Amino acid sequence: MSCADTFFGYALRSIGMGERLLPKTDFTLCEHFILIGSGLVWNLYFAFFALTLGFCLAIGIAVARASPNPLLRWPSRVFIFVVRGSPLFIQFFIAYETFVLIPKLGVDINLGFIEITAETRWLTKAWLGALIVLMLNTSAYSAQIFHGALLSVPKGDIEAAQAIGMPAGKRFRRIVFPSMLRLAWASYTNEAIFLFHATALVFFSSFPAWQQKGDALYYASYFADKTFNPFVPYPIIGLYFIIFTVILISIFGLINRRLNRHLTLSR
Amino acid sequence: MFEFCADPSLLEGTDWWMCYLSNGKHMGFYRSFGVVMMLLLVTVPFIMALGFGGALARRSSLPPVRWLGLAYTSMVRGVPDIIFFLFALIAVDQGIEYLRHLYFCPDWTEPIRQGNDFVVCARAKMPLSDADAWVHKTYSFFQAVLAFAVVFGAFAANTLFGAMNAVPRGQLETGDAFGMTPRQVFRRILLPQMWVYALPGLSNLWMIFIKATPLLFLLGIQDIVYWARELGGTKTALFAYPHPDWRLGYFLFLLVFYLFLTWVSERVFDRLQRRVSRGQPTVGGTV
Amino acid sequence: MNYLVKLAGATALAALAATALSAQTVRMGTEGAYPPYNFINDDGEVDGFERELGDELCARAALDCTWVTNDWDSIIPNLVSGNYDTIIAGMSITSERDEVIDFTAEYFPPDPSAYVGLAGGSVDTMGGVIAAQTATIQAAYVASSGATLVEFATPEETVAAVRSGEADAVLADYAYLQPLVEASGGELAVVGDRVSIGGGVGMGVRESDGELKGKMDAAIASMKADGSLSAMIAKWFDGRVVEY
Repeated sequence: MSCADTFFGYALRSIGMGERLLPKTDFTLCEHFILIGSGLVWNLYFAFFALTLGFCLAIGIAVARASPNPLLRWPSRVFIFVVRGSPLFIQFFIAYETFVLIPKLGVDINLGFIEITAETRWLTKAWLGALIVLMLNTSAYSAQIFHGALLSVPKGDIEAAQAIGMPAGKRFRRIVFPSMLRLAWASYTNEAIFLFHATALVFFSSFPAWQQKGDALYYASYFADKTFNPFVPYPIIGLYFIIFTVILISIFGLINRRLNRHLTLSR
Repeated sequence: MFEFCADPSLLEGTDWWMCYLSNGKHMGFYRSFGVVMMLLLVTVPFIMALGFGGALARRSSLPPVRWLGLAYTSMVRGVPDIIFFLFALIAVDQGIEYLRHLYFCPDWTEPIRQGNDFVVCARAKMPLSDADAWVHKTYSFFQAVLAFAVVFGAFAANTLFGAMNAVPRGQLETGDAFGMTPRQVFRRILLPQMWVYALPGLSNLWMIFIKATPLLFLLGIQDIVYWARELGGTKTALFAYPHPDWRLGYFLFLLVFYLFLTWVSERVFDRLQRRVSRGQPTVGGTV
Repeated sequence: MNYLVKLAGATALAALAATALSAQTVRMGTEGAYPPYNFINDDGEVDGFERELGDELCARAALDCTWVTNDWDSIIPNLVSGNYDTIIAGMSITSERDEVIDFTAEYFPPDPSAYVGLAGGSVDTMGGVIAAQTATIQAAYVASSGATLVEFATPEETVAAVRSGEADAVLADYAYLQPLVEASGGELAVVGDRVSIGGGVGMGVRESDGELKGKMDAAIASMKADGSLSAMIAKWFDGRVVEY
């Protein structure tokens, strides 16, 4: 198979499009790069959706954590504590075992222009079950970071806003929230990177791979097992992750510059 | 451990449980908790050392040093730790054995790489083949310490760099105005005030580090997750204490352990954050 | 001149190798998670058919052996890297493994793989959902048949998937599944036909380690000759009769 054929055969193998069987012998470097690259689709999918959904959830939880109302404060504290307190490996395990126990039902959802049947059996599949776990995980860590940043917002800024009579909602939106985001950004970048890296664990732990559709690490392990040589597939997947992590850091760096645009850089 | 455990097939009820929870395998399980705690504590100084090194390198006025700091924090943060563990350690292991081989066996004529095999003379093996089990275990332990320190040091460097930049400029300029040298400004003003911004990130890193310890089994160390999987799996009559699939029970026990560790860590960090926020004009501070 | 240099090199090498082997302990690598071949017993030690076999072979070959456990995925790379000297872990002799390491003579015949599902149901082994452990020969077999393959990290999880209904059946070594079927008290049952995948079980050694392979081969042959190997297999594998 020429490299072009390999590309068309395996580039989207991780989502089931292309060749049915994985290569068995005579592995070429081209096959390594393309199959491991195709697995990245899963990692990027998990990272993007878990990060965006987790970000929104985290802000809500962080504000609840800092709220004077105990009905808001205590559930959020418990949630952050339990989810931050347990390893992702164990979270995947417990979530999977719980999802497996849920009776297999279908729920019809009418979206107006289309009617879909949401099935509970989807929860045991990685694309939904693992996504939920990753989203909850990142929201707990991010909520803690945002909460810490909320407490580090300069008091003078808030007092100034109160002095000119800004209502609480506007004060949060224009003063507290931007400052909180700015102060949290370096740690939040770290958290985003950890989440992206944690997506490699999905098929390594409880969630199974169906029809050999897995993420980049699944395919890298496949090659390492078949060729008995870990020094080719793992550096390749490492390289892919470095490239995408650098892209992630750059995007977050641009946002960081925008958040800090009113300040001079201290040296 | 107890005398009545000599014949497990005769035991019932609490007796069975007492013998089961104190058999040799469970002792290994309990010991592994100690190994994990020791790993956490021993690695922290190395993480902070590499973290400060990386952060100071990135703040340096010399471009090559700055690039080195940037390369370290970007590259190491770029690779997921499991992948790092999966191949980097074999590479370091072989590297060390190769250097020892060059030193101890200069007359070796056979090639080191024979086909797929990596063959060095017996004296160069690290640790030696006939060394006791504890030597091998200690070596694996320090491999784990090194691996975690390199990975988490890069993240610590990023947090410390961000914290150093977050100290209000006005504070540093005041120090300058008083005639302090840059080193004095760094030591007396920047460093103490940096902690209030660094602690949330560092506490987060500590939490993540605790949760990364399940990957120890990749390094050949029998950690608590390894034992939980091992002990929880269905045991047929081949074993002295047969039982069905108890993995959920064991994993819930691990969950409680990790939650306890998190609770203790949170109280310590809360105390530290309050201490470090004294006199700071922030929402969490006391001014 | 050339042959003198070669001779000198060969003697030096032989001397070094001799001193090396006599000073060395042979480290036996196993997985420790695959009863009845190898497992960790309730005292925390490596136990099973292969532990007893390995100790006996070392005694016959007059070698000093220690036991090391390693997880399955990195068991061959670590052998090749020199962390231990043999793999004795229920490893089937396959041609792709033979390209990377050397195998001794087989000490256990090819074990058929069996499909196990919930008792009472009918399972389409060629088209249904079949569970297997990641990166095993069974997983490759299911993938190439028309069935839907679900891969789990550990054998325990594959059987749990059948129990919970996630998979219709599991394909794994019969020697591993049979005690589980028996212990399930009627919940699990063998379905479909047995399939023969993979060769017999042999001990893996590095390709450069011809001396160790020779010693182990001799010890295995002597165990076959005096019937002790067949007796050991019958003891550990539910009375299975194997003629050597």
